[in-house]
Amino acid sequence: MSTATLQSRAPLAPKRQLTAAGVRRRIGRVLLDLLGILAALVWLFPVYWMVLSAFTPNARLRTTTPQFFPVHATLSNFSGVLEGTSFLSSLRMSLMITGLTVVLVLVFAFLAALAISRFRFRGRTSFVLAILFIQMLPAEGLFIAQYRMMSQLGLLNSVIGISVLYTAAVIPFTVWMLRGFVAGVPAELEEAGMVDGLSRVGAFLRITLPLLAPGLVASGVYAFLQAWNEFTVALVILQSESSYTLPIWLRSFLAASINQGVNWGQVMAASTLLAVPVIVFFLFVQGRMTSGLVSGAVKG
Amino acid sequence: MTIPLTTTGTAGSTGTGQAAPTGRRRRRNPVTPYLLLLPAVVALLAGLGYPVYWQVVTSLQKFGLAQQFGQPPEWVGLANYARIFSSEDLWAVVVRSIAFCLVNAFVTVAIGVAFALLMRAVHPVVKVVVQVALLLAWAMPMVAAVIVFRWLFDARTGVVNYLLTRLGFDGMQGYAWFSQPLTFFVVASLVIVWMSVPFVALSAFAGLTQVSDEVLEAARIDGASPVQILWHILLPLIRPVLSIVLLLQIIWDLRVFAQIRLLQDYGAPVGSTNLLGNFIYELGIGRQDFAGAAAVSIFVLALTVLLSWPYVRSLMKEEAAS
Repeated sequence: MSTATLQSRAPLAPKRQLTAAGVRRRIGRVLLDLLGILAALVWLFPVYWMVLSAFTPNARLRTTTPQFFPVHATLSNFSGVLEGTSFLSSLRMSLMITGLTVVLVLVFAFLAALAISRFRFRGRTSFVLAILFIQMLPAEGLFIAQYRMMSQLGLLNSVIGISVLYTAAVIPFTVWMLRGFVAGVPAELEEAGMVDGLSRVGAFLRITLPLLAPGLVASGVYAFLQAWNEFTVALVILQSESSYTLPIWLRSFLAASINQGVNWGQVMAASTLLAVPVIVFFLFVQGRMTSGLVSGAVKG
Repeated sequence: MTIPLTTTGTAGSTGTGQAAPTGRRRRRNPVTPYLLLLPAVVALLAGLGYPVYWQVVTSLQKFGLAQQFGQPPEWVGLANYARIFSSEDLWAVVVRSIAFCLVNAFVTVAIGVAFALLMRAVHPVVKVVVQVALLLAWAMPMVAAVIVFRWLFDARTGVVNYLLTRLGFDGMQGYAWFSQPLTFFVVASLVIVWMSVPFVALSAFAGLTQVSDEVLEAARIDGASPVQILWHILLPLIRPVLSIVLLLQIIWDLRVFAQIRLLQDYGAPVGSTNLLGNFIYELGIGRQDFAGAAAVSIFVLALTVLLSWPYVRSLMKEEAAS
């Protein structure tokens, strides 16, 4: 073979390869996009099905051929749940327990976070180590003792009893989360405010607290989500129907009707009502929770 | 402790790299930090400390009917542990829990990593669609999610049996998923994997975004195939994230209780579908065998602390560095 042909072919061959590879790559991209959309749809489907069923008349849900799109949308399932069941009294219970937990957690965890991020003191490392371990402890390894304790104190079925348990359960993670926020506000800022004539309390209220607001909101939302969704401890501690929180109520509402034909429309409407506030609040704090976890691991 | 953090909760710090506490604070009254810690410590002792103490004591005592009626308890040493851990019931539950936990944790991490790699490869619009789907699944309250899956897998009117029948699996018409242990655990695993994948996927994706494009470009120029890039560059670079996420999944899946409890309401054979948490519940609340339940609880707590050790150590390292 002569050098001439070699020279003339050399630039051609890679070019043809490149375009073929380019086409292959483009087809690959489109296939991946389709796969991505398919995966997203599969993951969305349960949520979609819950909302769709909530708006579908129950008579249509009882047929063996499901409908995949809303054609006979109705609000009757929602009005049935709100008027015909004890949903609202459980909602009141859930709101009281959640509210009390959020307040207690915010105050207690904030003070503890101040202590560990603004002071060096004996026992500080042990405290941090303890809360990290405590937050890993499963409810399933403690609920028998918590049940006995509350029953001896006469606090089964009470708002106070379960709120204390929830507060203790949520504090470790919120202290850990707030610690980062408090450390992020340099103490010098506060001191500068005092040099400019503010009192210590004034400097704290007007300078530090506003800067900590995002951290307090995130912690409050986290405490809300935990208390609102909690099932295991509530199942053990709240045994009388009048003290059910929404998750316990939802379970008993479904279990009560399982043998005589479930009203799935109402069950899904109730599930939707339970999930909507959670989804809204969750989107607030999600970013913080993932980035927090991986930041340490990424840096290795 | 308590609340099953399975989906929403993860331990981790928020911002990183903040300024260390300033040294000048050391001058101040050393009582202040202890006062600030006091409310949190009291709450932790009341809600968790005392229950753990009670469990240790109770697991070493005879706690029968007589004690329920006010008789002083009798110290029996490790007799409760011997009694519980020599029963075949418990070991069946332990083996089942560990198998269930490992299968779910590995499946979750595998699917999560697949999602993360997919999100890297697709068009930005598709990526956002995938992220929204994952966030919605992650945000679903656990009880609502289990009940929705109960509805999806309903024997007569459930959409899953309908679709499977349409696909040609005639045997699936009216199939009762919850009455057989195997299919019971299939549905339970689907709920758990569905709820847990978003956390893994988004964490792994965050790890992947740290991999610089130059490295990948260099590998491509050197002729590495996509599979080689995946095995020799991407996965090794996100290994720290993956190992922590896998560890957390194992810890969280070992404590699965509520999902099983909720699905057992529909005619499942309770004895052959119980996991550790359910076993404790049945022993303690059902049969009022508090000493036995306390002994199993201590076992679960010890196992959790043991498994958590590497994770806590990694967080402490971060805390010391900040």
